[in-house]
Amino acid sequence: MNLSIKHLLGLEGVPKDDINTILDTAFSFREVLERPVKKVPTLQGKTVVNLFFEPSTRTRISFELAEKRLSADIVNFSASVSSLRKGESLKDTVQNILAMKVDTIVMRHSDPGAARLLTRFVDAVVINAGDGTHEHPTQALLDMMSMREKLGTLEKVNVAIVGDIKHSRVALSNIYGLTTMGANVVVCGPPTFIPFGIEKLGVKVMYDLDEVLQFADVVMVLRIQKERMGKGFFPSLREYRKQFGLTRERLEKVRRKLIIMHPGPMNRGVEIDSEVAESEHSIILHQVLNGVAVRMAVLFLLVGGKRG
Amino acid sequence: MEIKKLERKLLLTNCLIVDFEKSDFVRADILIENGIIKEVKANIEVDNNFKKIDLKGFVVSPGFIDVHVHFREPGYENAETLESGARAAVSGGFTQVCCMPNTEPPIDTQEGVKFVYEKSENLPVYIYPIAAITKKRAGSELTEMVELAKVGAVAFSDDGNYVQNPLVMRYAMEYSKLVDKPIVEHAEDELLKDNGVMNESFVSTRLGLKGNPYIAEEIAVYRDLALARFTGARIHIAHVTTARSVDLIRKAKKEGVKVTAEVTPHHLTLTDSYMENFDANGKIAPPLRSEEDVEALVEGLKDGTIDVIATDHAPHPIETKETTINEASSGIIGLESAFGLIMTNLVHKRNLPLIEILKKITINPAKIFGLRIPEVKRGVQANLTVFDPDEWWVFSRKTIYSKSYNTPFLGYEFLGRVKQVITKGYRVIV
Repeated sequence: MNLSIKHLLGLEGVPKDDINTILDTAFSFREVLERPVKKVPTLQGKTVVNLFFEPSTRTRISFELAEKRLSADIVNFSASVSSLRKGESLKDTVQNILAMKVDTIVMRHSDPGAARLLTRFVDAVVINAGDGTHEHPTQALLDMMSMREKLGTLEKVNVAIVGDIKHSRVALSNIYGLTTMGANVVVCGPPTFIPFGIEKLGVKVMYDLDEVLQFADVVMVLRIQKERMGKGFFPSLREYRKQFGLTRERLEKVRRKLIIMHPGPMNRGVEIDSEVAESEHSIILHQVLNGVAVRMAVLFLLVGGKRG
Repeated sequence: MEIKKLERKLLLTNCLIVDFEKSDFVRADILIENGIIKEVKANIEVDNNFKKIDLKGFVVSPGFIDVHVHFREPGYENAETLESGARAAVSGGFTQVCCMPNTEPPIDTQEGVKFVYEKSENLPVYIYPIAAITKKRAGSELTEMVELAKVGAVAFSDDGNYVQNPLVMRYAMEYSKLVDKPIVEHAEDELLKDNGVMNESFVSTRLGLKGNPYIAEEIAVYRDLALARFTGARIHIAHVTTARSVDLIRKAKKEGVKVTAEVTPHHLTLTDSYMENFDANGKIAPPLRSEEDVEALVEGLKDGTIDVIATDHAPHPIETKETTINEASSGIIGLESAFGLIMTNLVHKRNLPLIEILKKITINPAKIFGLRIPEVKRGVQANLTVFDPDEWWVFSRKTIYSKSYNTPFLGYEFLGRVKQVITKGYRVIV
């Protein structure tokens, strides 16, 4: 059970076999998480640094929990108390931390390519926990795990990703992962949120959500970020909700079985209605549990097998 | 590299001299006395007081010119100084350069212009300041162009910034007719650019990097061509990067607009796919574009739409490049790699005629910017660059004389190398 990759920087170019191995391993860790004693000694003696240069609650907690369940030693570092504010460079910060002999870095950063850059400076295994508008591979893996759990396969599954595709690392990682796994991906959102040439990644672009809902097996709803408001991408939240919101009214018209996902945090009443988020179709909370399992799998496969 | 005072009596033998008038090479000897070319003919006989240098196998060209460099002084001496910039220039074969005014303070006063001349007086390269179009390069109030021209500003530019306000640019162009110097425009509409960090393309989509669309440049180019047509002023479009910009300039030239244009060696060589490894040495303003754009730029060079090759030599300390693309500074050094890139890619690989290409780094820029016209002929000051068109060499830290080494070309193999430079009373052995 070895991966061809040394780090998890993104899902672009990650082979199908690797993704299958990660998902299979994640399912076995899911069983561990259902046990009364949820801890295994796999990463005993290994040190993991969680470097969060951008605020995050769920991803950080999910990684921490995964690390603790694997018995790793953990160091947490977040930007609000960091030396970066004092003008120290990313390179210096990271090299300082590594001088303390750590094995793995889990990093969240606001800039695309930050995780990749890190691998140039350090020897440790690097796991990207989100780099700006580039990738968020563990999120996509947990999404794929959740889909596979519900549907048994990813092959030929119709997945619709709805919302701000242009600024979404979740969307991009899912597009890379899902297309590798043989799923059919549709992106849907206002044209101002559809990035240049996205169809060349093997996805279909559609603007009519009702039409998309006629054939989608999975609808992944993306968060509308407040900072995009007033920038001219779309005229108002009201119109956005009417055109692209997963509303109760819209869903009532669909007479098919749908799986509804959201990477969180949700803007209830904007991109998704509360009733929809909590409906029988929704697997949003399920995604969260799978998140811990997938992160355990990634840590185990990338770090576990190595001698310190 | 060795920089020394030019010998009082010098004979260069077996030279293959570039002759633009004949559009050919002429084999001859060159006799130089007290810095002046006294004779150019075959088999010159001299007495023992002459230092003789055999240049067999080498080409002797009029001295190279780069009309777009950033020497960072005053203000950013950690990145470059006039002195280190001069060494970088001469090592790349350049005998005359024009430096941009985005210093701190910007070159927008007579003192600033004089500072560059005074500081560079004894340096082995002629350095001419380009002064700002607007005070503090802020894009609103015109600088005192007449006063600045009087003390030697060779052109006007807010390079790095686009003069966003079209009315200010209109007045700048109209007013510049008093001095008959070109307005050099960094054509990128700031609003459309919207802090994009690379060419907006399928590559930027794949990398999640914020795109800077080609329309930001093309709309800026179009506006300035329209203003130049309307005002009758002379404009020079810096670092053209897109196919449609080339088309727009080609058409404007046919219509008689007084426009000239330049392209950089890197925009002729690399595409935005360079960004795939997230190396900030690929972050340049305007950005690296697509393969079709590169082909159109080469076409523009061939048909004369693009008059000049200029480096946009932009030194930055390494720590501002060893970071994320968003954080990194824009630009790369270019003086030391320019000739290697030009020879390797344009002359050897693409078979562009050497003499035509040399015009783009010698007489064309000299005429546009009113500099010393470099010529290898009797009676003029010796201002020449000697190169071996067929020497392979590897571009490395050792071949860089700039204070900074922010370049994507380290490790590149070049075919064609500068060997010697004679200018300003110096002889430089590279």
